[in-house]
Amino acid sequence: MTAFVEYLMTGIARGLVFALLAMGFVFIYRVTRVVNFAQGAFAVFGGFITYSLLRAGVPQGVSELLAILAAALIGLIFGIITIAGDLPLLASLIITIGLSILSEAILMLIWGTTPITYSGLTGHDFVILGAFIQRQYLIVVLASLALFALVALAFGRTYFGKAMTACASNPYAAKLSGINVKRMGLVAFMLGGALGGAAGVLITPLSPMTYDADVSLAITGFAAAIVGGLTSPGLAVIGGLVFGLAEQFVAGYWSPSNETAVALALLIILLLWQARRMRLEGLE
Amino acid sequence: MKLLESVEQPTPNGSIPSDALLATYNLVVRYGAAVALDGVSMYVGKGEMVALIGPNGAGKSTLLNTLSGINRPAAGKIICNGKLAHVPEGRQLFPELTVEDNLRLGAYRGGSRDPSPMYELFPQLHRLRHRRAGGLSGGEQQMVAIGRALMAHPDIVAVDELSQGLAPIVVSDIANHLVSLNKQNGTAVLLVEQNAQLALDITSRAYVLENGRISKEGRSADLARDPAVHKAYLGGQVSR
Ligand SMILES: Nc1ncnc2c1ncn2[C@@H]1O[C@H](COP(=O)(O)OP(=O)(O)O)[C@@H](O)[C@H]1O
Ligand SMILES: [Mg+2]
Repeated sequence: MTAFVEYLMTGIARGLVFALLAMGFVFIYRVTRVVNFAQGAFAVFGGFITYSLLRAGVPQGVSELLAILAAALIGLIFGIITIAGDLPLLASLIITIGLSILSEAILMLIWGTTPITYSGLTGHDFVILGAFIQRQYLIVVLASLALFALVALAFGRTYFGKAMTACASNPYAAKLSGINVKRMGLVAFMLGGALGGAAGVLITPLSPMTYDADVSLAITGFAAAIVGGLTSPGLAVIGGLVFGLAEQFVAGYWSPSNETAVALALLIILLLWQARRMRLEGLE
Repeated sequence: MKLLESVEQPTPNGSIPSDALLATYNLVVRYGAAVALDGVSMYVGKGEMVALIGPNGAGKSTLLNTLSGINRPAAGKIICNGKLAHVPEGRQLFPELTVEDNLRLGAYRGGSRDPSPMYELFPQLHRLRHRRAGGLSGGEQQMVAIGRALMAHPDIVAVDELSQGLAPIVVSDIANHLVSLNKQNGTAVLLVEQNAQLALDITSRAYVLENGRISKEGRSADLARDPAVHKAYLGGQVSR
């Protein structure tokens, strides 16, 4: 029972982090139709920048916030490189893969290859049903839920958010209404950067961050986003939770070395299921 | 939009008044190597209702998209002395947003976002205002599309294929709204139509576009009596 509660808490926390990454995929895809494979890099930058800021004596809280802002800026730069040139979608997609490789090189040059970590908010661990849970897990859950609520309010309720939805829904009509669809794409990249950065900031205290963690983070985030067909933020959150929990229970009850394989297997099943669903919808 | 300088000469068929609200001079638009508009000169005066008829593929939608800045002209010139709003072919709503949000987004360029004037114009939209636009009937969607365009407070509204896919009674209802809007607010209308009868009935002037060129222009009533127009676009029916 104790182990079960531990896996459950860890799975939920990690799942919410994956959900943050997945939301980044979803926002960028909806507005630009680009699958941003550099999404994991935002998280790695977020973790490493927080680490350096904390070591430089910047207070906790401020460091995390600055790292998220920096990730948003990186997102904007990646967005400009990816979509500013009116390239075919496939070219944009390849550029994001290139940006992911470039990010690894930059991260390695600046921070080296040693994994880093920092402690999250310090304080006593707490006990649920006999299981010791690190306080950071609670932080992750609360912070990601707060971020989801913020994003839902900002994009579901405001005029600007509706304009962004309009770009995703019908770019031609959005242009006719005077919405600058390309600029909205850049805003989406910034948002993706911030969400990815937040994911990295939150997960680094739980499992050390390495310069090359972006690929596995991106794959899990992408898999979670696929649950909602890359377009539904709500389903992406559910997808993140499914992957977070599956990973923890496989690692806990079976073997830690199988967790990535299981995530990939789940991803392939999901992709096949999505392809079938799209084919069926296409036939209607 | 980049306006290309070119000779500003009167068109062969008639001159463009200098106080026209909207005018094109020898407009050329290409898709790759294909020429969609081949030297189109036309105009819409202040408060005027003008029809643009012509067969499928003539370039009518291309012309509207060029006026709206979606397509770039390869040559020629566009003069617009007012605000243009475009009701695109196929309505092109934001299906997952509500009727009200669709309307409000029409005011994105500025001005009041209050949709209530549109509920006065199309009263049935008021009770549908919280419904998703994608779930509406074709006629209701066309009203939302027109309402969204009017939310930009335009001096001229260009409507592409008003009647497409709509029952005749719905078409005449919406057409009446356009006419009264024109009478009451002085909003100019450029009406693109496959249904030439309707278009020539409610407008005062018309152009016939064929293969990217204006093949005929004149008073709508005269064009409706023109044997060639009659044969090609009015299905041989005898008009009033
Ligand atoms: N986006 C496009 N790309 C290439 N060709 C196009 C495009 N849109 C229209 N065309 C072509 O341009 C011509 C004019 O089309 P269009 O303006 O849609 O005509 P209409 O609205 O009068 O039916 C047609 O031959 C059409 O095939
Ligand atoms: Mg057309």
